[in-house]
Formats: sequence, C-alpha cells, structure tokens
Amino acid sequence: MAKTITEKILSAHLGKEVTTGELIQVKVDVALGNDITAPLAIVEFEKLGIDSLFDSDKVVLVLDHFVPNKDVKAAEQCKFVREFGKKYNVKNFFDVGKMGIEHALLPEQGLVLPGDVIIGADSHTCTYGALGTFSTGVGSTDLAAVFATGEIWLKVPETIKFVYYGKLKPWVTGKDLILHTIGDIGVDGANYMAMEFTGEVISNLPMAGRFTMSNMAIEAGGKTGIIEPDEVTLEYVKPRAKREFKTYRSDLNAKYKEIKEYNCSKIEPQVAFPHLPSNTKSISEIDKIEIDQAVIGSCTNGRIEDLQMAAQVLKGKKIHKDVRLIVIPATQQIYLQALKEGLIEIFIEAGGVVSTPTCGPCLGGYMGILAQGERCIATTNRNFVGRMGHNESEVYLANPAITASSAILGRIASPEEISRGDRG
Amino acid sequence: MKITGKVFRKFKANINTDEIIPAVYLDTTSHEELAKHCMEGIDKSFASNVGRGDIIIADKNFGCGSSREHAPLAIKACGVSCVIAKSFARIFYRNAINIGLPIFECDEVDKIKKGDILEIEPETGKIKNLSVQEEYSTTPFPEFMQRLIEVGGLMEYVSRRCSATS
Ligand code: SF4
Repeated sequence: MAKTITEKILSAHLGKEVTTGELIQVKVDVALGNDITAPLAIVEFEKLGIDSLFDSDKVVLVLDHFVPNKDVKAAEQCKFVREFGKKYNVKNFFDVGKMGIEHALLPEQGLVLPGDVIIGADSHTCTYGALGTFSTGVGSTDLAAVFATGEIWLKVPETIKFVYYGKLKPWVTGKDLILHTIGDIGVDGANYMAMEFTGEVISNLPMAGRFTMSNMAIEAGGKTGIIEPDEVTLEYVKPRAKREFKTYRSDLNAKYKEIKEYNCSKIEPQVAFPHLPSNTKSISEIDKIEIDQAVIGSCTNGRIEDLQMAAQVLKGKKIHKDVRLIVIPATQQIYLQALKEGLIEIFIEAGGVVSTPTCGPCLGGYMGILAQGERCIATTNRNFVGRMGHNESEVYLANPAITASSAILGRIASPEEISRGDRG
Repeated sequence: MKITGKVFRKFKANINTDEIIPAVYLDTTSHEELAKHCMEGIDKSFASNVGRGDIIIADKNFGCGSSREHAPLAIKACGVSCVIAKSFARIFYRNAINIGLPIFECDEVDKIKKGDILEIEPETGKIKNLSVQEEYSTTPFPEFMQRLIEVGGLMEYVSRRCSATS
C-alpha cells in the first residue's frame, strides 16, 4: 500500500508494515535529554535498578537550558546529569564549551540522520524532521523507559501535507511560512498528527529555513514536521554523518488526512502577537508597537544563516536607545563562525550584546527576563503568557530580519522601512 | 476503582505548560515543590486552594507547549484526582498516562459546572454528574494505554518487562 515518509520510517523500524492509528513499540536511534528533562528521567530510570543504558552511544545529553549554570539549583541539576553521564559512559554529552542549543547542535554534529527514529524529552525534538527523520518530543518518563529498553510507544500518526508554491517575497523566510501556517490551522490544528512540508518553495529553502519550519510543528500540536530528503539535505548531512543512513520519500498516492496549499507569493513577513503563536499578522498590517527588547537566537532561529540575516540589517546601524538587543548564537560552532565572519562585531557596534549559547530567555530562564509591562520581539517559538518573564510582559515572534529592524527602530518594523531611511 | 470529586475549576482552551508550571520552577524534581506552584502562570491562588481529590475541567488542547513532565506531576502532586478536557495536547496526554495522572477526553465538558460532584468510572469512561444527575461519555483509551494505566504507569510496566526478561 502507498505510504507517507512517516509510515515508511516507522515500518522500517518496526520490521513490518504499520497502519495509521496503530499503537506500536518501536526502536529508537537517538534518545535525547537536557538539563531540565533528564533529571526527572534519571530519577525514574534509577528506580528500575538496572545497571546499564540500552545503548550508551544512542543517548545524547545536552546541558543547554539554564547553562552556564544560572543559579545554585540549576548548578545542582546539571551536576546530577553530569554524574549520570559519567556513570553510564554517555559519550555524546555536551557541557559548557561544547554545548549548544540541542536542536541546532544534534544536526550540526551529525548525530541525527535521515531515516532515523528519534525521541527527545523536549517538545522541539520535531526539528530533526527537516532531515527526513521521524523525531518527536516526549516526556521524562518516556525517556527513562527508552534509557532502559531502547523502545518507545507511539501511535502511528495521520499526516497533513502542506504544499508551498510560488515565489518568496523579500525578507520572507521559513519562519514566516511556518507562522503563517500555524496562524491558519491554529495551535492544535495538527494535534497528534505529522505535518509534511513539501512543494517548490521547500525544495528551494536552505536547511536553516527547513529546520525552523520543522521546529515549530509542535506549535500547531504536530507530532513531527517532516520534509523529504533531497540534494539540499544530503549536502548538509554527508560531511557530518558518521554512520549509515537511509532516505525515504512519500509515495505519490500516499494517503493524507488533509492537503493544504499555500501561495507563498502572497505571504509577507509574519509576526505572532501575544499570547499564542497562531495569533499572526502580516508585517504591513501592524501599527506602531514599541518594544523594550529584541532577542535573536533559540533553536528556531539561532543558526548562522539567521545571524547573517540579522547582521545584514544591523550593519553600520545603531539600535534604538530604548531597546536592549540580545543575540545568542545557538552553538559554539555558529558562534565561532559568526566571529570569523565579523557578525559579532556588527552586533556589538550596533549596540547589542552577544551571549554564549543557551536557551536563556526563550523560556524565561535568565539572560534577558522581562519586567511587568515590557515588550520583546524575539526569533523564538513561543509567546505564551509569562514565557519570557513577568506574567504581564509580552513576546512577539518574528524572523531575524524583522527582529533586527525592530531593534533599530524601537518598534515592530520591516527592514524595508530602514532601507527607505525611515527613522520611525 | 471509581474517581469521585468536586469540580474545583474550569479552564479555557489552550492552557499551556508554562501556565501550568512556569519554567523558573523547572530547576527541581521535587513533587512537593512543583505542587506549590501548580497553575501559577494562570491562577496564583490555585495551589493553595485546591483540595485533595478535586477535579479540574478544561476546554480543548489542555497542556500544549513544552514536553515538561513537571506539568502533570505538579497537578497530580497538588492532589487533583483527574483532569477532564475536550482534548489534550499530545505530549501532555502521554506524560499524564505515563505518570499515572487520570485524564479523560470528553466533548460534553461545557455541561459541567464549577462545584459539581462527578463520579468517573475509568474502565468504561462514564462520567456521572451527581449534582445534576447527568451522564457523559469519554473517548475510550486504546488497549495498550489501558494496560499502562492499570499497572500504574509506564515505569511499572517497564519494570515488569525488565524483570520478565532477566
Ligand atoms: S531554545 Fe527555547 S524552545 Fe528551543 S530548546 Fe531551548 S527553551 Fe526550548
């Protein structure tokens, strides 16, 4: 029977054909935990009293949320995870110095490859779908069970296919396509389902933009956001892969729950207003919204291409006197490349600060928390109440170019307003 | 075993995990500590007022957002006996089942009011509203999940599997 890429990957891992809706227990290729989800998993795992992980090479631990340790409690949690990593000989352990935001780091390090089944105790694990993997976020107890058995229970999801066609307008990125999509289908529009992104626009989208799209599948409730591997994928993966992998494609007559088509020639840069990622508006519809802070980073938009785009806007400019600009390269490699390319200098000259890789403000941890009534535009993925600080603060989600222009003008703005010399 | 309790609060649609347990409290694995901050992102008085055995009701997509298991743990630890919603976000759904927090998907939650006394039969998924003598049905769990629930959660299931194979 004709199958989607998701059904094919799951069938291959199960060793028999799966059907949608079926509950299966399937072997995983990678199991990921971080400094806030691994501790709960470790506590549960250790209760089992077994003395080894199912396969220590398939476990990846990344300390990224509250690291470098933001306070004593974070320090204790990290120490706990570190000790676990040592005890069970986890080689793929990423601590300060090697660490980056997990969903930028794992693909960069070649740890996740097309055709894999990946589970992570972090909701944005769906990011790796951009490489043609089946990857999904689970909870800590799930991770503990995988630590022990190497298997996860899953319901084979139905798939919604999203077809993007047309020609992208200037400053429209993967972020805008996914925000537009979430705005269209809502925050539970793909609950329990796989989202498959395809079409000529996706084929022409660089890996960075694809990662951004898959990353935010969860913001529509999606189980994964998957893209069929192509030349662009292979070019990214081949120099990084240290093991064999297999690529899958959906059959032409595969069954989809729904097919949605978007004419991208009509899509403008998008901004998601508080307090839901689905609360989107096109940039031209937005009146004067003043901001206090701009954050460029996160697993959604902290890649080198994102920093390059922000730098392109900020080069030779100064940010608004009432705005704090915080730039957070997602990994050490990205940080170093940005340094070599002179991007860091551009950010600092513009009046911004540049931080070591961390999730930091994205989840309201530290490094840029908002006070009551403050407003931030960010390249992150969630703008829930209190997400970046005080319950009465606001987060607006946008792409790096919009975020950078907003930092310059002190209000939500498009780069086109800057090139026109408008000083808002 | 039947679950009986009073409806303590009704929540709107799309309650997210940052509202259930704000990220600043993710620096602990202590269930008691998490319980103290349960629902703090939306209702500061929730944790101190909710009673043991109370039930919470929500509209669709309860628990959306992050994968933090701290969210269902906080709800369970502050004494809530079960959550009934029109639907649950995927990861919250599996986390709740994995840790043994009873949850039920019910289309008829609009008929339930704050203060109603409910009696739920997990095996059949029938909800009796004792205050108004109504009965509602819920989406039944697939067999595998029913098994997980019966043994008391995923780790108990895994533990039995590990000892069966060793
Ligand atoms: S950057 Fe934000 S969304 Fe991404 S893993 Fe970190 S906290 Fe989660």
